[in-house]
This record gives sequence, structure tokens and C-alpha cells, in this order.
Amino acid sequence: MAAKTLTIDGTQVSAEEGATVLQVARDHGIEIPTLCHLEGVYDVGACRLCLVEVAGIAKLLPACTTKISEGMELKTNSERLQKYRRMTLELLFAERSHVCAVCVSNGHCELQTLAYSHGMEHVRYDYCFPKWKVDVTHRLFGMDHNRCILCARCVRVCWHIEGAGTKNVSGRGASANIINDLNQPWGQSDSCTECGKCVMSCPTGALFHKGSTVAEMVHDRDKLEFIVNAREKKQWIV
Amino acid sequence: MSKRIVIDPVTRIEGHAKISIFLDDDGNVSDAEFHVVEFRGFEKFCEGRPYTEMPGITQRICGICPVSHTLASAKAGDALMAVNIPPAADKLRRLLNLGQFIQSHALSFFHLSAPDFLLGWETPQSRRNVFGLIASNADLARAGIRLRQFGQEIIETLSGRKIHPAWAVPGGVRTALSEEGRKKIRGWLVEAYLTTQTALDLFKKTLQNHQREMQIFGNFPSLFMGLVGPDGTWEHHGGKLRFTDSTGSIIADQLNPQKYFEFISESVQGASYLKSPYYQPLGFPAGMYRVGPLARLNVSEQMGVPKADAELKHFKRMGHGAVTSSFLYHYARLIEILACLEWVERYLEDPGLSSRDLRADAGINQLRGVGASEAPRGTLFHDYTVDRGGLLQKVNLIVATGQNNLAMNRTVAQIARHYLGAWNDDEIPEPMLNRIEHGIRCYDPCLSCSTHAVGQMPLHVRLIAPDGKVMAEAARG
Repeated sequence: MAAKTLTIDGTQVSAEEGATVLQVARDHGIEIPTLCHLEGVYDVGACRLCLVEVAGIAKLLPACTTKISEGMELKTNSERLQKYRRMTLELLFAERSHVCAVCVSNGHCELQTLAYSHGMEHVRYDYCFPKWKVDVTHRLFGMDHNRCILCARCVRVCWHIEGAGTKNVSGRGASANIINDLNQPWGQSDSCTECGKCVMSCPTGALFHKGSTVAEMVHDRDKLEFIVNAREKKQWIV
Repeated sequence: MSKRIVIDPVTRIEGHAKISIFLDDDGNVSDAEFHVVEFRGFEKFCEGRPYTEMPGITQRICGICPVSHTLASAKAGDALMAVNIPPAADKLRRLLNLGQFIQSHALSFFHLSAPDFLLGWETPQSRRNVFGLIASNADLARAGIRLRQFGQEIIETLSGRKIHPAWAVPGGVRTALSEEGRKKIRGWLVEAYLTTQTALDLFKKTLQNHQREMQIFGNFPSLFMGLVGPDGTWEHHGGKLRFTDSTGSIIADQLNPQKYFEFISESVQGASYLKSPYYQPLGFPAGMYRVGPLARLNVSEQMGVPKADAELKHFKRMGHGAVTSSFLYHYARLIEILACLEWVERYLEDPGLSSRDLRADAGINQLRGVGASEAPRGTLFHDYTVDRGGLLQKVNLIVATGQNNLAMNRTVAQIARHYLGAWNDDEIPEPMLNRIEHGIRCYDPCLSCSTHAVGQMPLHVRLIAPDGKVMAEAARG
């Protein structure tokens, strides 16, 4: 494949055609924050955390789904981007009920880590406090929609790594939510294989092992990476 | 003409409150009410949460006694799982509770209450506080602050945090006591004993000058309730409930705390967010009972440790049957600190505390579970009803300050009745104000807990006529 040359934050880099901005930036040690991106599954550009500025384009573009092009000039950490990223984080917090102090993922949460690293000391928007019921009907796992950011990682790992297709997104906008099969209680799902990949993939405390108490839920992404490597590269490296 | 005196806000207690004193047509005190004016709604917003999160959520009720809530909540979780937790987990929870008693009692005695009786009732309010105590007796104040620190160190050593530790969980605890932790706690003991003994000696000496306070600060017959062991030994995290009356007679013993609703009812008063529990067989308000250090010492036959047992004998001689003066809550608190230190010392010798077998594993096996534990201020109940998946359907919390509510009302009325002679129509007399405040402090009320509030607690007293008109008002804080 042809190599493309582009500029990221003033540094000239080259990468293979077809690569995304996110891949190239990370390959060159430039960190762009993400939430919905997960190694091993395709990107959907849902969380808008990885927005970058591209010279000549007025809109901000998500780094995870934007392919590189020759002569592209990118900014990944401008004041404008920082402002928008913080706003995005605040909106995520305001949309559902994220109470870190009593969350099973406190200290191990990607949303919380990003809020800290982006200096989110408070939320400027009114909290919506929607009343989502917690689904603990499954024998092993629980799902708390109040902590869900609709990144759809669980949906993608369920369909494209496990192949079960249990998890789906239902509804639109603020009332969108993750469902199992035909919107059944998780415990009544016929397709769920109880593999736990959705729980491993969740960036917050929305999916958890039943019985987890405050700060106890650590999502193990290494296992997902292991499976993807094994399948795609035929490498079984623990 | 009858009137009502209102003290609002009340200071140096944990939370927000006000006091109303009702006068009859002859100007005599007819009644008094301690109102808790905060509403928090924990019982409601916990509904729908998994029971496994409850030790983490309910301990946010309070920053002073989070340990009490997390322990009662974890115990309620044990009951829902219908498990016997590993013995090491029980001992470790007990050690945590002892640390909680030490820090909370030290706070109540040295920081909040001692300035009144050590510096004198008439000392201006601006100096009658822990800073005034530091100015007049720096060594004692420092020792008291360090004693509280010791309690907090125990909590941190065990659970990783001084406040709101996520450590006690349904089924047990998360981590054992390390050898380093054991050494660290042991290193504090000599100093802690010395401070407690100094405070005990000082309080007993001070008592000679406070005979009048002993007579009028909540000195009346009532029931007392607390957890005791099978042989009547002082308990703080296990055992069964015992009620005694003011003659010291046991009126009910070895009651199962899981079935508290069979013998305790709650009365809701319009004037306060605090519920008033009472002993059901005697009805309301005759079933008024007191909880906390005074009650625990009244219901216990022994502390189970030698130094505190010697003090308990001395304490018991101060009453006829039961010790009925709420002023002696302070003395009881010091004796409990001493007992806690001895129990801590005993647990430190137990190799079982390093066990790795710390957590029972089970799902929901019972749909209702009650966790009862002694908090520094008295018996605490967490009563949860869950669905099959373990989501909370109903939450009822009965906290110590609520159980002392009726006794606090009566204490305020008793003190007001005694000092009202000095009252004139223009203002509420200062001596009465100071003593009413202290009458409340004897119980070390925690209003954050009892209303399931943050901030400091200022004093607001109002004097009210029978027609509801406010005749006089005094506010501080």
C-alpha cells in the first residue's frame, strides 16, 4: 500500500494508506483520548472524545473513523479541542447518574480517568437523573444503565468477537439503551453464552460481575486482546 | 400567658437542629421538642440499588460514623445471603468497630463536650470550644486529639481509608490485618491508655463540681437498650438485645435483633424529620428507651476486660439499679474507650486476623435481612428487603439518635424547667441556653445519621406560646 505523509501537531509523519488518524497518532506516541474505541473491534465514532482539527475542514472529525490522506494537517490537542472534550465529558456525566464514590468501578473507570485528566471539576449542565432499572437477572453479571455511556463496546464485542449477538442498542437519542435479545431481562436471554466479554469491554461500571462492591470491578481488557490476537494473527501470547 | 422558647440552631453536635420549649399559661415549661430540620431521604433513593453497593452508599450518611453504617449494612447483606461469615472476618469487623468507638468517643468527649464542663458553663461561647481547651490545657487537648487519631489509624490500617472505607462487604471483609499494621496499632496503645486514664481521673474529679448537672441533665427513669453477649457481657457487634428499666431489672433479654420490628415501633412526629422509636410492649411514649454508652453500660453485667470492668463497678454505684443521669453518658463513653483499648490489645494477639479466609460467597437466599450493630451513639439497624436479584425494594434504617429522641426532649424540658426562673420576657437566659445545649450534647447526637446533613450545627432556641406565637428567640452559630 502507498504511504501517506501528513502533519500531526506540527510533526511530519508517514503511514500506510487506509490507516485511521487515531492509529497513526498512537503509532507515533501522540495520545488522543477515546472512550468508545476498543482494540479488536471496528470503530463507530460514538463518543466524540477523539475529535481532531483538520486544516481546511471547519467541522471537527473523529480520529477513530477518519482515514489519513496525503498532506493532511492535524491538530490533536488545541484549546478548542480541549474545550469540546471537556464539554463532551460533562454531557456524558449529566446524561446519566454517575456517582463515582459508590460505583463498582471507582478507580478503574475510563470515564472517571478522563474526567480527572481533563480537569473536570464540576458539571455545568443540569443532571438528568433518569431512572433506569438495574438488570441483575443474569446469573453472573449485572447491567446498570445509569452508568452506561452508550459507547456500544459491549454490542461490538458480543457480535464480532463472541459472535452471539445478544447485545443491541434500542431507542434513539437520550432514551437509547443497551438491550439483550428482543429487549428481555438479561437472565432470560437465549443467545447469551455467558462469556463475559461485554463486561470486560465496558469502560465504566455499567456492566459488572454480580457481587462486586465499591471499587472492586476491574475490567480485564487483556483477555479480549488475547482472543483478537489469537484469531487474527494466530498468536497465542498471554 | 403560655409561650414557646426555640433554640435554633444548636451547636457542637453533628448536624442541624433547633429546640422548641413550650410554656403553659403560668410560664412553666410544659414540654420541649428537639427538631431535626434536615431531610435526606436515604431510605428512598437506595431503592433499586444492588444490596452489594449498600455498605458503600449508606456509610455516606455520615462522616463521623461511616464505619457503623458500613458494618450494619454488610451485616444486613450477610443476612440476605444467609451466610455465617468466616470467623476472621467477624473479628476484623469488630476491630474496625472498636477503632470507630475510640475515634468517635474521643471526638465527643475532648472536642465537643469537655469545653463545657472543664472550662465552665459561664465561659463565653467564643472560648468554650476545643480551641479554648487548647489554650487552657494544651496537653489534654493534644492527647485527646491524638486519641481520636489512634481510632482513625486503626480504621485506616485495616481498611485503607480513615473515612468511607470500602472494606466491609456482604459476606465478610476484603483484606486481613498485616503484620505491619499489627505493629503499628500496638505502638499506639501505651499512649492511648494514658490519655484515657487521665481523662477518666479528670472527669471523676470534675463530677464533684457537677452534682447539680448530674441531677437535672436528663435524670429520669427510662428503659435502656443495648446488645449483650449470652452472659450479659458488653457487646458492640454481635450478641442479642437486652432491655432493662431504671431499677436495673432486665425486662427483656436475648431478643433477636433480626426481629426488632416485633418489639420496636417508630413514631413519626410532625415537628421533626427524626423518627422516635419506642419499646412496643409499653406503647408510646411509655416505651421510651435510651441507647448509647450509658444504656450499654446499664444493660451489661461486665465489659469482659479487667480495667474497664473495674471502672464499670464504680459506674454502677452511681445509680440505684440503673444509672439514670444522661450527664453520665460522658463517663460511660470514657469507660467504653478503655474497654475498646483492652479489646484491641486482645485482638492484636489473635493470629486469626491474618487469615486469608475472609469472605463468604453466596447469592440471595433470603428476601429480607437485618443488620444490627452497636454504633458509638447506640444500636443501629439496617433493614433491607430485596428482590430475587438482590435489588433493594425497601430500606429502613433505625439509628441511635432517633432512639434517643424522646429522652433528648425530656432532657431539654428538665433543664429548662430548672433554669426558667431566671427567664424574663425580653430574652432567653444565657445559663439556660448553655445548659440546654449541653443536655443535648450528652447524647452526642448525630443528626446526619438520624435524618439519614452536612455542615456545622448552630443553635436556635424559640420560646412559644400555646397559640403558636414565638415569644422569644435566641440563635448562635
